[in-house]
This record gives sequence, structure tokens and C-alpha cells, in this order.
Amino acid sequence: MRIRTAGVIAAAGLLMLGVAACGGSGEPAATPSKDKGNGKLVLWTDPTRAPVLKPFAEAFGKENGVTVEVKEISENQQQTFITASQQGSGPDIMVGAHDWIGNMVQNGAIDPVQLTAEQKAAFHPNAIKAVTFNGQIYGAPYAMENVALIRNTDLVPTAPATIEDLIKTGKDLKAAKKVQEILCVPFGAAGDVYHTYPLFSAAGGSLFGTTASGDPDPSKVTVNTPESIAALEKMKALGEKGEGAIKTSIGNENGIPSFVQKKCAFLISGPWSMNDVKKAGFGYDISAVPGFAAGGQAKPFLGVQAFYVASKGKSKVLAQEFVANYVTNKDVAMALYKADPRPAALTAAADAVKSLDPNAEKFVQAGANGIPMPAIPAMGAIWGPMANAEVAVVKGGDAKTAAEAATKAITAEINK
Amino acid sequence: MTTEVTGAGSARSPHPGPSGQAPDQRSRGGRRGGAEQVRRTRELSTGFIVSRIAVLGVVAALLIYALPPLIQTEAWTALGVVGVVTALVAYLYLTPRHIPAKYLVPGTIFLFAFAIVPIVLTFVTAFTNFGDGHRGTKEEAVRAIETSSVTQVPGSPEYYLTIAERDGELVFLLVDPDTKAVQAGTADGLSPLTGAEVSLTGKVLSAAGYTVIPTAQAAERDAEIAAFSVPTPGGAVKATGLSRAFEGKADKSYDAACDCVTSPSGGRWVADEVEGYFVDAEGKHLDQGWKVDVGFANFTKALTDPTISGHFLNVLIWNFVFALSAVATTFALGMIVALALHSPRVRGTKFYRIILILPYAMPGFAMLLIWRDMFNTDFGLISKLFGVHDWLGTPTTARLGLIVINLWMGFPYMFLVITGALQAVPRELTDAARIDGASAWAGFRRVTLPLVLVALTPLLISSFGFNFNNFNNIKLVTNGGPYAIDNSTVGATDLLISYTYRVAGFDSGVADFGFAAAISVFIFAIVATVSTVAFWRSRAQEEVYS
Repeated sequence: MRIRTAGVIAAAGLLMLGVAACGGSGEPAATPSKDKGNGKLVLWTDPTRAPVLKPFAEAFGKENGVTVEVKEISENQQQTFITASQQGSGPDIMVGAHDWIGNMVQNGAIDPVQLTAEQKAAFHPNAIKAVTFNGQIYGAPYAMENVALIRNTDLVPTAPATIEDLIKTGKDLKAAKKVQEILCVPFGAAGDVYHTYPLFSAAGGSLFGTTASGDPDPSKVTVNTPESIAALEKMKALGEKGEGAIKTSIGNENGIPSFVQKKCAFLISGPWSMNDVKKAGFGYDISAVPGFAAGGQAKPFLGVQAFYVASKGKSKVLAQEFVANYVTNKDVAMALYKADPRPAALTAAADAVKSLDPNAEKFVQAGANGIPMPAIPAMGAIWGPMANAEVAVVKGGDAKTAAEAATKAITAEINK
Repeated sequence: MTTEVTGAGSARSPHPGPSGQAPDQRSRGGRRGGAEQVRRTRELSTGFIVSRIAVLGVVAALLIYALPPLIQTEAWTALGVVGVVTALVAYLYLTPRHIPAKYLVPGTIFLFAFAIVPIVLTFVTAFTNFGDGHRGTKEEAVRAIETSSVTQVPGSPEYYLTIAERDGELVFLLVDPDTKAVQAGTADGLSPLTGAEVSLTGKVLSAAGYTVIPTAQAAERDAEIAAFSVPTPGGAVKATGLSRAFEGKADKSYDAACDCVTSPSGGRWVADEVEGYFVDAEGKHLDQGWKVDVGFANFTKALTDPTISGHFLNVLIWNFVFALSAVATTFALGMIVALALHSPRVRGTKFYRIILILPYAMPGFAMLLIWRDMFNTDFGLISKLFGVHDWLGTPTTARLGLIVINLWMGFPYMFLVITGALQAVPRELTDAARIDGASAWAGFRRVTLPLVLVALTPLLISSFGFNFNNFNNIKLVTNGGPYAIDNSTVGATDLLISYTYRVAGFDSGVADFGFAAAISVFIFAIVATVSTVAFWRSRAQEEVYS
């Protein structure tokens, strides 16, 4: 029944008056708000990470004499966070993927985090690049992930050098009745831009041009450039009417299981598939997704998990302390890695655990050419139309028509 | 009207009310005579007292719960509404008058809270650009723009911070990491500090004239510290957490004189109250916008934008086909099964009924995903049974598939309600038809079916309304697809609701609630019209058969 949400915002905004005073006007800060901090830190994350983060949050609370609450958000974390923030009931710290940044910034939901030069240098450069938006760092990265080529070494001892090699090996194995599919790449009836992006980019395709500062430029959609159309042609050749390596019948729900059941010798997936793959009981290895014989390298999307400081949190200084000075600590990063083995964003931590888990390092290597997934809000407009275009070509449709339809839908969505 | 509610069992009430309240109640009711007094004793039974205390307790609790946030956020309108409603409920249940209202008011409040208010809010939202990038007020956008543009002053040190106090005022004790020089930062500016004891980690342990605040206490003064800044010639020193500080400067600032945002490097973004953005000379806008009223723009866009209106009719037709066939097929199958099990010759009906209810009892989400996988071209059960075909990949089979899935999920419900309705059809009527020489089919068609329909029409109409907006089925099975190669916006199985979901950007995580609300208003109008007409006709039908 609350009709005026504006009031909520006004009250929460009181906390931010001081920052506005940074405007160089030289005025003393606005009268300190009477609303004392509550000595409590609230952190939101998804259900997989919540149990992992809890001990760290509690240790931080003990050190600083505050209580810390870690809350699981099971669905739709980004929208839940933005809506709750807007109403003044959000957390102080949010944990999530870096590609949310653009949308969270345009909604005024997160604050920049000031990292020292030394702190920045301690991270993998790609991780820092991923959390940088409009020249500002918006979160402390802690884990990185990207897809790689995972292969069954019992069937394929050496990694294929090119996609053509991969297809040939897959076809031979299929002819010898050792596997049922050439390649398991999650695609599904609805398409999957993320998992197939290494193939699309290896063939020369791209989504956005870049601005002068090197950021993706939403005003330059490059889905229907000749290079991208040529890349879609290559996907068509790999598709159902061609080699049959990309199929709408293999999706997220059955991609990893099919590989584990030895229905295919190759899988394109990320660190999240390792638990299943390890249990499969056959030899496996991880390498970068190869490029085409006559073409560039495959560039998978890099995803970074980061800690964000909520603009409308009630304990912003504490949140800054936690994000900028606590989770950027090497020992904390190591412990976080041990609790949740995803490649650590802090180089020192990644190096320290290299010997413990060679897989993590292999994924990092496979992502060396990767590009951080664009964090601009316009990226949201890409997924649907681009997936539809890929489904169309994989089913044998004309690449140019599909690319143009997708571009039309994407630009309409961006300019709406 | 109160006098008419005297219960027959009133005198037998086992629990007279507490003596403290009874005389008061009696004295008020007393002028109405003896019978009235008897009724009062009945109403003051323990159950009566407890239930009333419970109702008033819950209402009071809700009020107390709602008060602090509403006051804090200065939401006076909402506070007024909550207060008036609470007072009204308290008044109603504390006086013996207005008996019908006692029964009607709770339902009315719920009707308002859960039906009318959301509809009104949807209508209101449809006239705004509320959505991602336009969620808050202009002041909020300005604040976000300024906050986001704060960067470190080039060449300035990144200080170690110790929070201290002097004469009750907050002071930042700042240690330069390179020179170890200590400065005290107050609201007036920086001043050098000598003789401070500094630890190896750069924390100031003690300084003459200042009281160092322990971390735990500093943490409790969070808001104060967040609001505090030390002005410097180049900008201001702000805390980064409790142990570090940096000298920052906002690159963008709002200038009320020109209603624009300016940057020292010459950037200038003027407020555009129509779009709700700060726009520069080239027409590019800053990321953060604010909510503005857009009049009928959302409605106009839905009707005139070719990328949207061009597909509206096709989607609408399929939407009607889907909703009507969903109702027709589930009703037909439900009826056949109900009739079969209604026959006295069938044994083991309980067993069959349990089996038949199963699809209804299963969680819909899981079942829809299982159905989707059964339609999988290479691995699905349906492909294995009926031959490999891209079942969900061609428009006709995808649409048929959805109707089949809906039939499986929906018929148990129809079966249940028809079974109930059949019990109510007097057996004499069907027997009479049989004796008059009608065939089983004629008897069903002319006697049973019309009688069942009279009872079920409202349910069929609501089933139509539900299936018209059956988002889950579409979203989870086909996600609107298959899409034509030259059209990425609308798929062959999109219903208006799933189409709206996509066009309004919910799929992509950048939502436009204003536009979604406008289309919801259209959907509301369509479903309301269809339902009204159907109810109108069913009333005429009732007059014929009853």
C-alpha cells in the first residue's frame, strides 16, 4: 500500500550527503546524520556462496565488533537487490557477477570502491578490467570463470589444435561407435550465446565495437558486420544441416550429463562442471577452446564474481572496509578459494593454490584470450535476439537474414 | 438490524463473559429489552472475547509494525490510510452495531489490498517510464551521478586512517604511507599533527588532544563517518572503510542554475524532463535517469511502434486459440473421464481418481521442464515414440505440443470439478430421459451437459482467463519460440504475456515496468471484456435451464 517510495529514498539518501560534499565546493560536510549506524553488516549472496562466505563474514564481524548477517537470495538476485535497495531494505554488501554492474550503476544501487594502486596490481588484470565501468572500479573481484574445452582423454589423448581437428576426431569416434555426438556444447532449443561465444569469436564474430577508452560501445552493434555474418556462416556449417556439432537438442540440461555418460568426447563448459566430470570415472583434461585453422583465436567470455558496496546500505563505511580492505587480503582470498574452488582473482592466491588444484589453473590459462563479458546495460539486449539468430543458422537458415533481424531487434531494444 | 441476529442457542452459552465487561455491554443493549440482554450474554462467550481480542490484536500489531518505516520515510499518505483503516476496524469490532459490516469489512479490505490497489498501481505505472535506469527521483539520480564520478585526486596519497574524536567532534587522523607524516582532518580542513604514536601498520595509537575511537565503536558510528569529509584544496578526504582514506574529487556536479550536470573537463548534460535523463549536446545521456510521467507514450508505443504492433494481431489470434483450446480440450477430457467414473458399473473408482489427480498434484514447473525434454529432437521420449522430428522447432507442432502439455496438466482439475457437478445432477432427470426413449448421448447432451454447464460456466471463464495469461507453460517449454529467421522479437508460440515479458526487457534483466504495465492494461481490458460477455451469456443460459 505504500504509494510513496520516494520517501524511502530520501531517507536513505541522507547517508550519502557527505559524498556529494566531495564536489570540490570546499564546504564542510553536511550536518552528520542523526541516524547512527546500527553496527550491523548485511551481506546478500546466492545459496551456493552463502555458506562459504558466512565464516569470513563472521570473522570480520568479530574483528570489528559488529554483527554480520549473511542472507541467501535464491532467485533473480540482481533485480531483487535493485528493488530492495530502492525501497531501503537492501543489504550493505552484494555478491554477484560483474556483468550486473552497468544496470546496478544506472539504478544508483552501488558505489565505486577505491582500491589502491597496490591492491589493483595484486589482481589478475582481466578481473580488474571486468569490474571497471566508465573508468571506475565498482567492486572487489574474487573469482573468475570462463568456459574451456574439456575432453575425455581415454578417447582423445591430445588436445585438438583447431576446431577442424576437433570435428574430425569427433566424427571418427562417432563412426567407430565410440560416441554418439561430435561435441557437447550447451545450446538448446533456445540457443546459448555464452557457451558458443568461443566459436563465434574464433570465426571473427563480435557483438559491439569499442569506445575510445576501449569499453564496449552500445551505439556500435557489430552483429551484422561482414565478419560476424561470416562467423554465423561457420556456425551454420557446424550446425544441424552441416557437421552436426552444434545441436538444439543438446542444452544446459543435458550437455554435461551427455559428456559424463561418454556420449561425446568433448565438452565446452566452465569450472562448475568439474564436480560432475570428476565423478565420471574417466581421464579428462582441460584446454582452451581452439580456433579455426584459418582464423583467429577463440575468445571465451570472462565472468568475474565480485563484492559490491550498496549505495543505500545502512553501514556503508563497514561495507567499504569489508570490500576494499578485507576480501582483497591474500589470506582471505586463499581461504575463500579453499571453500569454493573457483579460480581466484587475486594472483597471489591463484598462485598459492596452483599445486592444489591444477584444473583451476587450466581454466585460467584457457581464458587467457578471453574478453570480460560486457557490463553495459545494453548487453541485456543482446542475449535474446543473438540466441535466436544462432538457432536460425544452426538449423540451416541464412546467416545474413538472421544477423540483420537480430541487429534490428537489438538496436530497437537499446534505443527504446 | 442488530436485533435480528439473536441465536437460538444464545441462552445456552456455557461461558458468560467476564463480569467486568458484561454490565457495560448490558447497559448499552438494555434499552432494547430482555431478549437483547440474553443475546449479549451469548456474544460475550470466551470464544467471542478471544476472537475479538485476536482480531484487534492483529490489526494493532500491523499498525505498530507499519508505523516506524512509514514515519521514517515520511510516507504520510500511506500512514494516513493505515491509520484510518485501523481506526475503522477497531471501531467496528468494539461497538455492538454494524453487524453486517463486521463480516464484510475484512473481505473488503483484502479486496482493496490485493486486487484493487495493484490494478490501480499498474494503471498509474503505465503512465510513467518506471524501469531500470528510471527507478528513482531526480535528486537521487543526481546523487548517484556525483557519487559515481568521485575519483582519486591525481598524485594524492592513499592515507592510513584512524578515527578519533576531539571535543565530541569526529576527526580523521591520516598517515601518509610513504612519509609517515600525520595530519588531523576535521570539517574545517587538514592540519599537521606532531607527536603522534604510529603503529607499524599505520594506525595512530595515541595523539595528544585526541581520543582514538576503537574500531568497534567506530563501526557503530557508520553513518556519521560516511557523511564526514575533510575539505582539501583539490577535493575532499573521504574514508574507504575504517582503515584507509583517499582524497577524492567529484568529476561531475549538478548545477541548479542551468538544471544541468557539468564536469570540469567541459562536459555538460542538461536535464530532459520528458526522457528523464541528463543529455549532452550530441544527444547522449548519462546512465542514471529518473522517473517521469510520460502520458500515453507507453500506450502509443504499443499501438504504433511497428516492431511491436506489427505482431500484435498474430500474437492475439494465437493467444485466443491457445486459451480456447486449453479450456475446450481439458473440459472435454475431464468430462469424458468424469462420466466414465461416474457410472455405477465402474469398480475401483477411488484408485482411478488418485491416479488422475497426480498430474494436478505435481509441481507445474518441474512437469513443464520434463515435458520440454520429452519433446527433445534427439533424446526425447516423443521423438522416440513418434519418430524424430523437431517438435518444438516448427510452429505447428510447437503449438500442438503446448496444447497437449496443457491438456495433461489441466484436465485433472476439470475432472475434479465436473465430478462434483455430476453429483448434483438429479438422477431422476437422466432416468426420466432414458425412460422417454432418449439415447445415452441425447440424454447427456440435452440433460446432463446443460446442467453441468450452468454450474461450471464461471469456472470455465476463469480457466479461460488463466490460460490467456498462462506464462509458465510458454516460458518454460518453448520460451516463445520457434522464431522466424527474419524476426527476433516475437515467436510462434508467444502469448501476449510472454511477449510483453520479452518486449519490456524482463528477459534481458533491464526491465521497463512502465511499458509492461501499459500492455498489462491492454491484456486486462481484453480478458475483462471476454469474461463480461461470457458471464452475460451464461446468466441468460441459467435462466433457461434453472
